[in-house]
Amino acid sequence: MSDYNFAYLDEQTKRMIRRAILKGLAIPGYQVPFASREMPMPYGWGTGGVQVSAAVLTPEDCFKVIDQGADDTTNAVSIRKFFERTAGVATTEETEKASIIQTRHRIPEAALREDQILVYQVPIPEPLRFLEPRETETRKMHALEEYGLMHVKLYEDISQHGAIATSYAYPVKVEGRYVMDPSPIPKFDNPKMEMAAIQLFGAGREQRIYAVPPHTRVVSLDFEDYPFEAAKADHACDLCAAEDSYLDEVILDDAGGRMFVCSDTDYCRSRRDAGHVGRLGEVAA
Amino acid sequence: MTPLLHVNSVAKRYGAHIGCLDVSFDLYPGEVMGIVGESGSGKSTLLNCLAGHLEPDEGQVVFDTRQNGPQDTVTMSEPERRLLSRTDWAFVHQHARDGLRMSVSAGGNIGERLMAVGDRHYGRIRAAAVDWLDRVEIAEDRVDDRPTAFSGGMQQRLQIARNLVTGPRLVFMDEPTGGLDVSVQARLLDLLRGLVREMGLSAIIVTHDLAVVRLLADRLMVMKSGHVVETGLTDQVLDDPQHAYTQLLVSSVLQV
Repeated sequence: MSDYNFAYLDEQTKRMIRRAILKGLAIPGYQVPFASREMPMPYGWGTGGVQVSAAVLTPEDCFKVIDQGADDTTNAVSIRKFFERTAGVATTEETEKASIIQTRHRIPEAALREDQILVYQVPIPEPLRFLEPRETETRKMHALEEYGLMHVKLYEDISQHGAIATSYAYPVKVEGRYVMDPSPIPKFDNPKMEMAAIQLFGAGREQRIYAVPPHTRVVSLDFEDYPFEAAKADHACDLCAAEDSYLDEVILDDAGGRMFVCSDTDYCRSRRDAGHVGRLGEVAA
Repeated sequence: MTPLLHVNSVAKRYGAHIGCLDVSFDLYPGEVMGIVGESGSGKSTLLNCLAGHLEPDEGQVVFDTRQNGPQDTVTMSEPERRLLSRTDWAFVHQHARDGLRMSVSAGGNIGERLMAVGDRHYGRIRAAAVDWLDRVEIAEDRVDDRPTAFSGGMQQRLQIARNLVTGPRLVFMDEPTGGLDVSVQARLLDLLRGLVREMGLSAIIVTHDLAVVRLLADRLMVMKSGHVVETGLTDQVLDDPQHAYTQLLVSSVLQV
């Protein structure tokens, strides 16, 4: 291997991050401050997620990175290469085979198992930030469970758009206590957060780690007369014909041509391999 | 009858400088008390001590809570005090901007306190917001406008609506008419007087405008250099001032 310590970070740093992770798991949804390190990538590219992944990786792990559901986008490719080089761990694009999945903005379509860990990259961990700019005040609000303000945001949505228009980073309440920002995943993914895998959230610039243990209750906030809805584009995937997956819209030409494809590339490929063909798909050879 | 608010020798010092010293009074349900005095006389310090924004150095502020009867708000835990301040108390700031969320619509501003105490029904919150806009004489179709689009007088009325929506029993007002032109002041005072009578509110109003207390307050407390120099019924104090400072204050009012 190279001259890097295993998974880039030094052992003391990994220890510090693991402590924060354990504390986060003990208090689901609580934002644990940690001493975030400079990473060899810019803030906003997943420095928090990378540090969390580095702290939980073992040499036996199989690592997968997705960015908006895709394994082959710049962010995903560069982080995967980073750990191939600094940790020498096996990597995969298959959700099934991975033991640690680092993700930006999506939860994989396939249900995760108890022996898997999902690591989220988080830009702004504080769900109340845009309503209350003072950190001292938001901490107090978390401590005293004063979450009325979160509903003010949803109220504003309904009064302006006639429905809760927040479609990503949709606030959730974890285990009946802490209100948490699930990172900018589409609200379609919110119901999946009650899963068997461990979910870890790392925000590098904001220096916060939080976590959701397996099988924890995660409730999306809503109003009695405007209940939460997990929304997706009302189409089937044009490549694999899946009707249950979250779709990306791809503009094909300047004459209104468009197609909808699964944002989870691994899910789409595995379906095509199994013989499913969508409207614009080609039959597998 | 138990007083709604029992204040016992409250003092607040800023280092060697005196904020207010040895202030005691009782406020009974439905009563409106005015606090007047020149700038720097400790009126706002006292009000902030009473409302829990500042911690007094000495003394007790005993509030008659709905559940547990009289409780000292100075020694009570912070969650309890914050709960009080968004249910049974209301605080009207001099500058509406301090008391409003400027980036949230008028309806959201009024609804915030309802949502803070657990209302999760959009239709009901919306109805309450529209109802309260009407009560403070703001047109119903402004419910989705932000306070930045409102005039100063409307902002102040919106702030009042936002505070009164949970049906508080005690309202703290810090110069509620400051910075408004006289005709708007008159309307606001009219409105406040109506609401106070209609809802049976108790209120403590800090002001340097004697006309405001003449109109709203049952009782008056005159402060100078952090001390209370005179108390009594409003008309009595204003018509027959005893203390030299009160005499000066009453005689300095411009006659038009």
